[in-house]
Amino acid sequence: MLAEKYPEEIKKIFAKYPPEQKRSAVMPLLYLAQRDEGYVTKSALKDIARILDITSTDVAEIVGFYTLYHDKPAGKYRMQVCNDLSCALNGADKFLEELCGNLGIKVGETTSDGMVTVEAVMCLAGCDKAPMFQVQSSQGIEYHENMTVDKTMELVAALRKSGREVK
Amino acid sequence: MTYLLLRHRDIPDIGRLDVYKKNGGFEAFKKTVTGMKPQEVTDVIKASGLRGRGGAGFPTGVKWSFIPNSIWPHYVVANADESEPGTFKDREIMEGNPFQFLEGVAIAAYATGANAAYVYLRGEFWTVAALLDDKIAEMEKAGFLGDKLFGSDYSLRIYTHLGAGAYICGEETALLESIEGKRGQPRIRPPFPAVYGLYGKPTVVNNVETLTNVPLIIDRGAAWFKALGTADSAGVKVFSLSGRVNKPGNYELPFGMTFRQLIYEVGGGVPDDRPVKAIMAAGASSSLIVADDKALDTPMDYASVRTLGADLGSASVIVIDDTVSLEWVIDKTIHFFTHESCGKCTPCREGTFWMKHLIDHIGHGEATKENVELLHSVAKQMQNKCLCPLGEFATMAVTTAIERFPDDFVPSALGGSHG
Repeated sequence: MLAEKYPEEIKKIFAKYPPEQKRSAVMPLLYLAQRDEGYVTKSALKDIARILDITSTDVAEIVGFYTLYHDKPAGKYRMQVCNDLSCALNGADKFLEELCGNLGIKVGETTSDGMVTVEAVMCLAGCDKAPMFQVQSSQGIEYHENMTVDKTMELVAALRKSGREVK
Repeated sequence: MTYLLLRHRDIPDIGRLDVYKKNGGFEAFKKTVTGMKPQEVTDVIKASGLRGRGGAGFPTGVKWSFIPNSIWPHYVVANADESEPGTFKDREIMEGNPFQFLEGVAIAAYATGANAAYVYLRGEFWTVAALLDDKIAEMEKAGFLGDKLFGSDYSLRIYTHLGAGAYICGEETALLESIEGKRGQPRIRPPFPAVYGLYGKPTVVNNVETLTNVPLIIDRGAAWFKALGTADSAGVKVFSLSGRVNKPGNYELPFGMTFRQLIYEVGGGVPDDRPVKAIMAAGASSSLIVADDKALDTPMDYASVRTLGADLGSASVIVIDDTVSLEWVIDKTIHFFTHESCGKCTPCREGTFWMKHLIDHIGHGEATKENVELLHSVAKQMQNKCLCPLGEFATMAVTTAIERFPDDFVPSALGGSHG
């Protein structure tokens, strides 16, 4: 149960909003819920609904609307490569293709060891440092810019070895 | 040159509280709280000619003056949702010069009578939000945020709120819905946020770069600020330069420099010395500018760029060289806007869907003249019919690419050369 597991974090979240506007806490609570499994489980949906006094459907529609919330498990690290206009003018599509080739997966798939999922995403505001991507794991997001396939494969190897959390 | 916004480039440690203070930090906020009436602060910003840097270019002081004193409480919200392809300036400002930005938020809050302000960051700016949380805590500890500031009766708190990946939340009413814990979908206006904003209360929403100008204007005066830039566009601007240039990046420049100067003198020219074919001055939502001599020699200010049938917007300049087909460019922009359409209004939801269907068809080399005409027609039919600017944005590159670069859309040219 979220409320029992993270009482301090939840208190901090509620302190940001007027007391009568509890629903504002839904987005930070969803990030909190993703901490454990890397995605929002059905029971976490119900937990959040109970904490905020809204329905599970209200919570689920937030998960569905925003791309950084996930309702299904994936690799421990989601490598989200921007291949929007500016990045693509500087080789992002080719980078994405070669990276997937090196990992032996297609865009959207997860490596067989369950560690890395590669996704193509919309602009990440790193347009001058293409190719670039972010790594999302259960506790945070970090940026990697001016990347090459070789540098990225080194990062993948390091992440596989350490299993560290991204914060 | 001396940087005004990207000050970390002159003073690398400006993100430290003691260094920021030593360089005049928080003097402007103190001056407003201890020596100026809120109305006077708004009047200075009005007189400075500062206009919104997020893209719309609306006069900032005028926006503040819309907040009614008959409804309370008031809120200030900083829009740090920066998500338009080609735009990456606010992130650098917040990472490099966070206190000047937060001081701008604080002054805006004092001027509009707000005791709480929110910084809405796109979810991807996870580490930026953590940084701002630390900086806010330092400000509280040092007495620049909290209760009874500088011995006055004025209290202020600033909070960060992380989005979670939705371009539409950069639209101010969608952003407010998102803070309220709902899907980020735009509201029907009027009423405008100045009257019915966050939690239904009067709210000012300003872009990060806009707010970062505010402490300097209070410090040095409206006349000083107005003297920078051009008659139409006061101050400096951070130009985000990307695409086919040798030195992409953020460049803080006075308004009025030409595209040619930006691309060649500042940006180091085009790789392999290819000619510039097209320019997008305002990110993916731009009208395509044909990069002839007249366009290249046009000064970059709001009014001059308009004479080219385009807008300067957030000054996110994407350079496209002659190796790139405009069909490929609009394929990218259409995919972006289709993904980001929130689904609330029919013209945008259906229009982007059909534009994507048609450009996919064209991209597969199955294009006919009729497909291109139909794509143009769908885009035209969306214009002036959508609930918020996103729908309009989705069409700008499409219609102008087909109209201004017809050679890229004859059937023999389609489905071929890609970036």
